[in-house]
Amino acid sequence: MSRTTLDLWVGFFVALGLAALLFLALKVGNLTHSGGGESYALQARFGNIGGLKVRAPVKSAGVVVGRVADIRFDPESYQALVTLDVEARYQFPRDTFATINTSGLLGEQYIGFEVGGDEALLKAGDTIKKTQDAMVLEKLISQFMYNKASEEPSK
Amino acid sequence: MLDTLRGALTRLGWRVTSRVQRLGQASRFLVAILLGSGTAWRRFSLITRELYYTGVLSLIIILVSGLFVGMVLGLQGYDTLQRYGSSSALGVLVALSLVRELGPVVSALLFASRAGSAITAEVGLMRATEQLSAMEMMAVDPVARVVAPRFWAGVISMPLLAALFSAIGVFGGYLVGVVLIGVDEGSFWSQMQSAVDFRLDIVNGVIKSFVFGVLVSWIAVFEGFHAAPSAEGVSAATTRTVVTSALAILASDFVLTAFMFTGA
Repeated sequence: MSRTTLDLWVGFFVALGLAALLFLALKVGNLTHSGGGESYALQARFGNIGGLKVRAPVKSAGVVVGRVADIRFDPESYQALVTLDVEARYQFPRDTFATINTSGLLGEQYIGFEVGGDEALLKAGDTIKKTQDAMVLEKLISQFMYNKASEEPSK
Repeated sequence: MLDTLRGALTRLGWRVTSRVQRLGQASRFLVAILLGSGTAWRRFSLITRELYYTGVLSLIIILVSGLFVGMVLGLQGYDTLQRYGSSSALGVLVALSLVRELGPVVSALLFASRAGSAITAEVGLMRATEQLSAMEMMAVDPVARVVAPRFWAGVISMPLLAALFSAIGVFGGYLVGVVLIGVDEGSFWSQMQSAVDFRLDIVNGVIKSFVFGVLVSWIAVFEGFHAAPSAEGVSAATTRTVVTSALAILASDFVLTAFMFTGA
């Protein structure tokens, strides 16, 4: 086989391989909408984070506005200290309410922002004051059972 | 009684020492390849020629098997997911299993049996017909002239082949899931995109296939170069290449996965 045909085939092969990588990066992966983008860090304390994981989405009105960057246990307050990376183009009022929600019945857990009405905005490094813990199914059930049991005699 | 025990222990010891010796031999050979690859990189046409034989000629088998693996994943994944009413997560299942595991591993196994065995047979036959000795006579280093280009061609083509395998596999899953079964196209792609992370999943997959490429090419050239110079020797070396490569790929895949995908 002549040298140029060989080079042509090899060039074709390498180009095809790189195109496949590009396809994986852009169409299969999320390089398009997570790459780059400035973000700022917020902190929030929760009494119980349930199954929240690092890199879980932060959503407001259902739209992803950031990601969970770090989860730590604060030995002084005995609470979970969650660091959130929020995209810089989104600003939230100071009295924003952070809740841990579950998408669907068995889906992954995410942090939802419910926006308040304060004029002042949250700045980088601020701590979100108002939070709501993850819903723990066992607690709910035991509470329900307890209520049921306590209202039984009155009937 | 004591003699048989002694004999058994000696055999065991001989087996262990010969394995360790072979490993050391292989490591020194790898160092020799790395030191001798200057020629191959300066005369890149040497590598290009080998890229044709290891990469281009493996394209068909990689593409066809990738398509079928993706299609089977689509069928099986849909069957299981629809029991939990989450058939829209089919894209996530297909893409993650291909990009993280099946793409690098299956394409490396195919590459070992398609290209690795060919390299071993070729180099082994060069040894058997004393072409390598002839090169040494002419003061041409066979490691630099014959082995290094084949090694680097394998290392270069393996990640590209794995990426092609994953890409065509995702397309196969799309064909079966969306076109044939009728999973919603929007949720297929969008859930896939939100679940597959570029650095965590795709880059790790590429790193895996790079490691497999080094392993398979290394084993193939080593077995070929040190094959016994006879017809049986070459055939035994070719078999050893495929078996050792498969074991090395699967074992190192476990180790790499344990490092890459723990936590989070």
